[in-house]
Amino acid sequence: MSLVNYATREITCKIVYYGPGRSGKTTNLHYIYGQVPGDRKGQMVSLATQTDRTLFFDFLPIDLGTISGFTTRFQLYTVPGQVYYQTTRKLVLQGADGVVFVADSQARQLEENIESMQDLHANLAEQGVDARTMPLVIQYNKQDLPSEMVTSVVELDEALNFRGVPSFAADALHGPGVFETLRGISEQVLRRLSTGSQGR
Amino acid sequence: MVGAGNRLATAAARAVAESPGAVYNPLFIYGGSGLGKTHLLTATAHLLATTDPDAEIVALTLDEFSEQFQAAVSAGEPQAFTGRLAQTDLLLIDDIQFLTGRREMQAELLRHLTRMQEQGRQIVCASDRSPADIADVDERLIQQLAGGLVVDISAPEYEARVAVLRGACTERGVVVPAGALESIARKSVLSVRELLSALNEWIARQTLGGDRTPTGRTPMRGTASVARVTRATPLGITPVSLTPSSVTPAASTPVPGNAPAAPRSGEFLSFLSDVASAVQLHVESWQVRLRETIAYWSAQGYRTGVLERALSLPTDPDVPALVSVYVEAVEHLRALEAAAVSVDRTLAGQSIFRDPEQLEAAEDLVERALAGEMPPGGPTPAFTRESFDEGASNQLAVHAGDAVIASPGTRYNPLFITGGSGLGKTHLVHAIGNAIADASDGRLLVSCVHAQVLVDELIAAIQQGTVERWRSRYRLADVLIVDDVQFLAGKERTQDEFFFVFNSLIEAGKQIILSSDRSVSEIPELAERLRSRFEGGLTAVILPPDRPLREKLVARFLAALGRPSTPELLDVVCDLPVQSVRELIGIVNRLAAAADARGCPLDAALARAELGFGASSSATMAPAAAAEAAGDRTFLDRERVIWDWPDVGARLIEEMR
Repeated sequence: MSLVNYATREITCKIVYYGPGRSGKTTNLHYIYGQVPGDRKGQMVSLATQTDRTLFFDFLPIDLGTISGFTTRFQLYTVPGQVYYQTTRKLVLQGADGVVFVADSQARQLEENIESMQDLHANLAEQGVDARTMPLVIQYNKQDLPSEMVTSVVELDEALNFRGVPSFAADALHGPGVFETLRGISEQVLRRLSTGSQGR
Repeated sequence: MVGAGNRLATAAARAVAESPGAVYNPLFIYGGSGLGKTHLLTATAHLLATTDPDAEIVALTLDEFSEQFQAAVSAGEPQAFTGRLAQTDLLLIDDIQFLTGRREMQAELLRHLTRMQEQGRQIVCASDRSPADIADVDERLIQQLAGGLVVDISAPEYEARVAVLRGACTERGVVVPAGALESIARKSVLSVRELLSALNEWIARQTLGGDRTPTGRTPMRGTASVARVTRATPLGITPVSLTPSSVTPAASTPVPGNAPAAPRSGEFLSFLSDVASAVQLHVESWQVRLRETIAYWSAQGYRTGVLERALSLPTDPDVPALVSVYVEAVEHLRALEAAAVSVDRTLAGQSIFRDPEQLEAAEDLVERALAGEMPPGGPTPAFTRESFDEGASNQLAVHAGDAVIASPGTRYNPLFITGGSGLGKTHLVHAIGNAIADASDGRLLVSCVHAQVLVDELIAAIQQGTVERWRSRYRLADVLIVDDVQFLAGKERTQDEFFFVFNSLIEAGKQIILSSDRSVSEIPELAERLRSRFEGGLTAVILPPDRPLREKLVARFLAALGRPSTPELLDVVCDLPVQSVRELIGIVNRLAAAADARGCPLDAALARAELGFGASSSATMAPAAAAEAAGDRTFLDRERVIWDWPDVGARLIEEMR
């Protein structure tokens, strides 16, 4: 996938929400879906089990209209977090322009967060992508839970954010931090327009 | 908002909307990005629609105009598109600067605009630059666009900026403290878009800081309360800064209840505004403009190396000037190619006409083509004398060739090489040509053509009335090699012309080398005067390769494929009654493919199995070898020889029947 197509004057950003199971990736998309005006969003495709676990992936296309002569679209994807959906995760990750890593702030989920982050890097490496060059932001979700249940942002940063990428505390269920995260990854991805690493 | 920067443009647009087609036709509005050109176009359309509800108004960007026209053409209904425009009272075209380089679109637009103007239909165009500054556009179209009124829109002055900000706040229902908007308006901004972005930023900062307006209202409807700040929000979320090291931890407090928060519709708009600012910032960089140009010209088939190198420059080059020079070079190349093709159709599409960096070489090529000073092409470099193996079957031809290489034009002139198909005639004549060129350090001009090319070029020259140039080209050669001259059979005019070329070269002491798959006497419908001349030098025959030559060749072909050649393997392959070198190459390739498919080494056992030999190759090959020695060709025909005899039982049953 190309971020910017100069021939057709289109900018298409594929952003993948990655993270362990039940960390709130789909919740992020649901919140965004609820905020985007009807004429700007496409059908949100969500393949979930009866218990609302993502079975394959969620997909939310957003049309941002024509900006500086470029038809600009965002495509938001989530991956299934469960360990056994490895193949689907790789598939969805292909051609991503940016990744939002949604971490579950609950203290008992720290190990799953670390494993999922390692899984992300392994899958990027397998696809020949240098993780250091891939735009990435981290969202620490569920920070609204009682403090005794959650790992602090500093601790999470120490455990997960070894690259020092932008990180955001969030409560995806209610909205705080969701758009800030999306704005953060968008800035990173769009910055590549001028570096041209994705240009065609 | 009307200010000093857009007053003239607004007045002109209003006049146009009030009496379309009567004044300022076309009206051309230009100005930097984000200054409200599109807004003004839309307002013009709106005003006309209000005053005259029956008016036909079409508002398109240039890309949309192009897409709709192409769609109409694809649907086979270009007239429908033309008809629709003919009914239009007001046509508004935005972003018309993207006409650059789109020749077909320019011609189409010129046609439509001319017709609309003749019919008194109003046209309004908007661009980020003046008509004269739009590069690579037909001069007639530029004149057409600039023929009405050209007005610019400049950045809004302070008062207009304050008015824009107040309007935006009113529209969004945002109340700001006194003096805040004036403070934002004092910032140095170049466009309305930047101004609104600054307002958004200010509102976001105020909101994130938890400040409330003096009236107690929420500063902006539904703005997110979490972002990159370093203190706790009312919700108890611990915000995080961009740099993890600067994070200040704060105790999280639970959210009361778990009900979903109320929708905050401003979030998306704020996000959209930020994305628009980011895209605008990056899209308008000089590198992006350069990439756009590269994408366009690459798609047209031109090399863009010079532009690509400019991308890696550390500082902003003068992109418009660079692109302008590039486009001029491309136009020059097009003109050169047209000139070259007018004298020689074979020059069409040559890569030299697609590379602006080879402009001088292209000019030189065309100059020589026009002067008839371009001899036909040289021999293929891949065929070298060193790679041509000598054996008893081709000894005469090789030695004659070596003599010609040693002193071209003096011995064996012409040298006529004949032999069956696939025996290496083409390789040898090209090799002789290359060796002569090398030996003379390029002083001797060696031309090498296939006889069919000779015929085709003459036909083209006759069509274009450039036969004299055709003759001149061939007479320029110091060594002329014509491969497969049997193709001259029955081509009377070519034979006539070639006769004169032949005589001219021989008289001038130039070397001629010919090849044919049959002897001169066997070429039908060949003029007697040519026949005698072809036989006037030396005719050297190449025969099918004998056993030692086959061994040499097979070993060479195996080595080229990176396969070892053992004596046993060479025995198996070279025992085959092969009639041509080409056939031998085919066999070696077949064996290599079989070895790959079976995953085993290419050895004698594989060769026997693949080539259908029995248990003992020597036993089965004996008749062939004997037949070859005896000159009995019957046994050399694989269709007539049974290589794999049935077993004894089957043969007995056959005998007893």
